[in-house]
Amino acid sequence: MSNVPGELKYVSSHEWIRVEGDGTVTIGVTDHAQEALGDVVFVELPDMDADVSAGDDAGVVESVKAASDIYAPVSGVVIAVNEDLEDAPEMVNSDPYGDGWFFKLKLTDESELDDLLSADEYSAACEEE
Amino acid sequence: MGHKTPLYELHESMGGKLVDFGGWDMPLHYGSQLEEHNIVRQDAGMFDVSHMTIVDVSGQEARKYLQYLVANDVARLEVQGKALYTAMLNEQGGIIDDLIIYLMTEKGCSNEWYRLVVNCATREKDLAWMADRAIGFDVTLNEQPELAMVAVQGPKARAKVAALLGGSREQTINQLSVFQGFESEGWFIARTGYTGEDGLEIMVPEDEVAQFWSALAEAGVAPCGLGARDTLRLEAGMNLYGSDMTDSVTPLESGIAWSVAFEPADRQFVGRDVLDQQKANGGYDKLVGLVLETRGVLRGHQRVIVDGVGEGEITSGTFSPTLGFSVALARVPAGTGAAAKVEMRGKEIDVRVVRPPFVRNGKKVFE
Repeated sequence: MSNVPGELKYVSSHEWIRVEGDGTVTIGVTDHAQEALGDVVFVELPDMDADVSAGDDAGVVESVKAASDIYAPVSGVVIAVNEDLEDAPEMVNSDPYGDGWFFKLKLTDESELDDLLSADEYSAACEEE
Repeated sequence: MGHKTPLYELHESMGGKLVDFGGWDMPLHYGSQLEEHNIVRQDAGMFDVSHMTIVDVSGQEARKYLQYLVANDVARLEVQGKALYTAMLNEQGGIIDDLIIYLMTEKGCSNEWYRLVVNCATREKDLAWMADRAIGFDVTLNEQPELAMVAVQGPKARAKVAALLGGSREQTINQLSVFQGFESEGWFIARTGYTGEDGLEIMVPEDEVAQFWSALAEAGVAPCGLGARDTLRLEAGMNLYGSDMTDSVTPLESGIAWSVAFEPADRQFVGRDVLDQQKANGGYDKLVGLVLETRGVLRGHQRVIVDGVGEGEITSGTFSPTLGFSVALARVPAGTGAAAKVEMRGKEIDVRVVRPPFVRNGKKVFE
């Protein structure tokens, strides 16, 4: 069974969101997603300062098996990207909720956070797949 | 639920992620496909290949039959145990399957016989085709479903297996030349493989294979799944039946013209007329290697664009763990030169066209 930390928020496209409490969020892909992808070999991240809307493509993760889009789960401006993934994409597999984070956004509309899934809701969504 | 090899329970207990492969439940990986790949390039890994089909061919006309059945010429096998890679063709020259043929006896002896190893997904059509072609020959075909098979591959594979087995099997392993196999106390041990590394493929009675697999694991041979098997064979420039070749393309169009014996010119094998014609006319598609040295991964079925020449298609592509970038096999028009483009996720990306293989014995080999 994959790991779904209770303190994070989720979307059904398998990104996790950590609400930092200062109007910013950190985003990555879930343990369930990295397990389904298999070994990650390349990660394409959004540009710094890019304006993204909830649901936009914000990057690509390529594993030995397939390429998958990464979606922005909420709207905002990109304020940080995890450049370490360039040289060590395997961190997405080994530490999806820690060193394997993808990017940080400054939220444009905090009310969008209300639409995100809780850990329990996300676990239930995964089981339905 | 698919067929299970005698190692199924061990795969489960060792953490294998089991997937359907040609109707068989087989391990995709045991945690990390990349680590398994690297272990085979640097040390030794083992694969359960018990799903593959083994057919023994004997009888007075065994040689004559095989000279008709396949595109390579088994008369080239001079020494006992030697193996031949070849394709079995239909009347249109299309590839029904690729296979390995071992000469199991001395050449020309009165009971000369051969062992064939064909793919699992093609088993039924292969057996039916072989039986049909056998009509009129004094030949007997015997499938050997009770034999399991383990491939142990990597620079340290032979030494590890020899030390583990000891005795006469150790001696057998030490005597084998490349692409040769011998029977040894009821096992058949061959120095062949599908990874581009030295190693062995070992056929074992199914009731002995679990113990052998466990002993190999204890001796430090890592279990490896189909995922690593695919990246290893692709780096080694070896075709996968069903992806890089099918029954609608010929060996000439599949990069394995070297496995067709056109001499002697009077040997009539199935599909020969089409190949002779194709060779005389020229201009047929070719299977080439593609290399993408920047980010991104080439994948099967992506479109290949060759400016001023035409279009082709990637037949299999992957990230190469050994090289750190992506490589692929692609079928392209005859006039393709050193450069091409691949359509990836809506963009045309420049790639280099090279001659496979990409990796042999752990090292980059293409120009």
